[in-house]
Amino acid sequence: MSTIATLATTANPAPAEPVSRNWRVLVESVVIPVGAILAALVVFGVFCGLAGASPFSVYHSIYRAAFGNWYAFQNTLVRAAPIMLCALCTALPMRLGLVVIGNEGALVMGGLGTVLVGANWVTAPHYVALTAMALAGMAMGGLWIMAVGAMKLYRGVNEVISSLLMNYIAIAILNHLVNGPMHDPSSLNKPSSYPIPDANLLGNIPGSRVHFGLIYGIVACLITWVLIEHTSFGFKVRMIGGNLRAARIAGLAVGKISLTVCFLGGAAAGLAGMAEVAAVQGSANESLVTGYGYAGILVAFVGRQHGLGVLLVSILLGGILASGGMLQRVNHLSDATVLVFEGMVFLVILYSESLYGRFRIFQEKAA
Amino acid sequence: MTNTDSIGWLGVPLAIMAGAIRGSSPFLFVSLGECLTEKSGKINLGLEGTLLLGAMSAYAISYKTGSPWLGVLAAGAAGAVLGSIHAWLSQRPRVNDIAVGIAMFIFGSGLAFFIGDPYIQPMAPPLPGIQLGNWSQLPQLQSALKISPLLVAGIALAFVFHWFFLNTRWGMFIRAVGDNPAAARAQGISVVKVRTLSIMTGSFMAGIGGAYLSLVYPGSWTRLVSSGQGLMAVALVIFARWDPRRCLYASLLFGGAQAVGPALQAAGVQSYYYLFNAAPYILTLGIMIFTCSPKRSLAGAPGALGSGE
Repeated sequence: MSTIATLATTANPAPAEPVSRNWRVLVESVVIPVGAILAALVVFGVFCGLAGASPFSVYHSIYRAAFGNWYAFQNTLVRAAPIMLCALCTALPMRLGLVVIGNEGALVMGGLGTVLVGANWVTAPHYVALTAMALAGMAMGGLWIMAVGAMKLYRGVNEVISSLLMNYIAIAILNHLVNGPMHDPSSLNKPSSYPIPDANLLGNIPGSRVHFGLIYGIVACLITWVLIEHTSFGFKVRMIGGNLRAARIAGLAVGKISLTVCFLGGAAAGLAGMAEVAAVQGSANESLVTGYGYAGILVAFVGRQHGLGVLLVSILLGGILASGGMLQRVNHLSDATVLVFEGMVFLVILYSESLYGRFRIFQEKAA
Repeated sequence: MTNTDSIGWLGVPLAIMAGAIRGSSPFLFVSLGECLTEKSGKINLGLEGTLLLGAMSAYAISYKTGSPWLGVLAAGAAGAVLGSIHAWLSQRPRVNDIAVGIAMFIFGSGLAFFIGDPYIQPMAPPLPGIQLGNWSQLPQLQSALKISPLLVAGIALAFVFHWFFLNTRWGMFIRAVGDNPAAARAQGISVVKVRTLSIMTGSFMAGIGGAYLSLVYPGSWTRLVSSGQGLMAVALVIFARWDPRRCLYASLLFGGAQAVGPALQAAGVQSYYYLFNAAPYILTLGIMIFTCSPKRSLAGAPGALGSGE
């Protein structure tokens, strides 16, 4: 009893002050991102006004196309699914202090792995085939990013550059395979690999038009959250990210942990590739390279490399991307409008990071 | 594209040489710009967006005014504006320059596509070239030796930059800020000012690289006008070890390597076309694996690069 009581008092030494500070910090962490999004909306509104469209009509279109009703929200979720998986590919290694931007490449490799299994093993029963495809996609994506981690660990190769180069190499491999060894002669307009048989495609969540990739994404984000924030493995990861030397001195297996985390990140992006191939495209082709990877990098930064943050920001971005068609049809704006909006939102949110601690009202009052 | 029908296999090295002359300028301008930016201690990953906006601005202004040189200037100015946003944002506390770069990449390309749609159809006056191949009978060689004044300017700039970094007051300021901002500040150098000017000038150059794409080669404005030269700039600068003269050699190499795939295809080698296109990336990665070491940073790397300082 007494030990528990001491523990309780040491863990919570002076309740009054931290509580008041905690709610102020909490309010700050809500007000600043919401304020940033509002500010981005204002800037974007001015931009639309200059382009000759009514800002309020544009806001209305975005809201309707992204979150207006269940039908529209499903479009948002379909786009959010690969983004959240890709974001984990940056978010996980970043907890180690590595900035990996090879998401696009890992997604492509994951898609190739999926097709390699799915298009060749056509007799496999549905769930066996799906499991095998998911494992192949994750393995390919995982190994791809693990290679980036290994180059950093053993050769000191800057991970930003190596992963960027690996994107181009992955895309070249994709183009080579779908135009050469894996080419399906019946795909005339868009060179594609042999398709995955319809029976083995990844279906939709019952009662919706959203494929199961969304479930993969949500589960992966939740696993990341628990793994990094609430396990001893996650503590080690954060320790390596916080102070590499201290982690080495403390005897952590830095190499093994780093490579594992890189593998997990790449596996997430590979799973995104699997879902894109097995649920959306049906085969591997250049449509896999749609910028989900680069969007994922930003989502990881804006979501603060946190599993739940990534989940939330992905849905927001999915909504922005889903509004492209509506902006074209209703407001007669170019399809590039969503890119401009996406860029603005992220720039303003990144700027807002520098505002934490700048407002007196969110600070603890001096005693 | 160089036609190899009449001269057979001789066309391959010729096409690679032509590619080095014709395709290297965008690489050269973005890599010199990135080199300047990184020397001051910040990374700009958004040069792909700058390149696209530059290409669009150059084409639009050249079409509207009829003067391609005004287009080049507009491209540089558009680049500098994007650069000023990057410079300002990436120097805020707790703001990561890599994240800002990716956001600027998306924003810049979005802006270029948004404004540029009406200019995809019309023909803008291109930049004139300097014909150096009149002595030759081969039309392939003649077209290969048609050199853009922008390439000449770029080559000159590579040597000017080298001299500038080593021998001028401002060159020293930039290196000091890039190596050790705290020490530079103690010397009374304004870190913010030096970095802002470096990033803006670097983006100005990337914009001009874009002008080359739309006004010289390939010589028109489309959404696919750039093949990733802006994103590659960062890798190129590492490849060149932050030396402007080596940026020139690396750009020639990358420009030539870009032409290997198409040249072999023209000579009848159909397979491995796409893998040859990836040759520069594989080469860069290979060189990095062989020359980097986990024990020390790369020779020539600015000390503050990537440190968030």
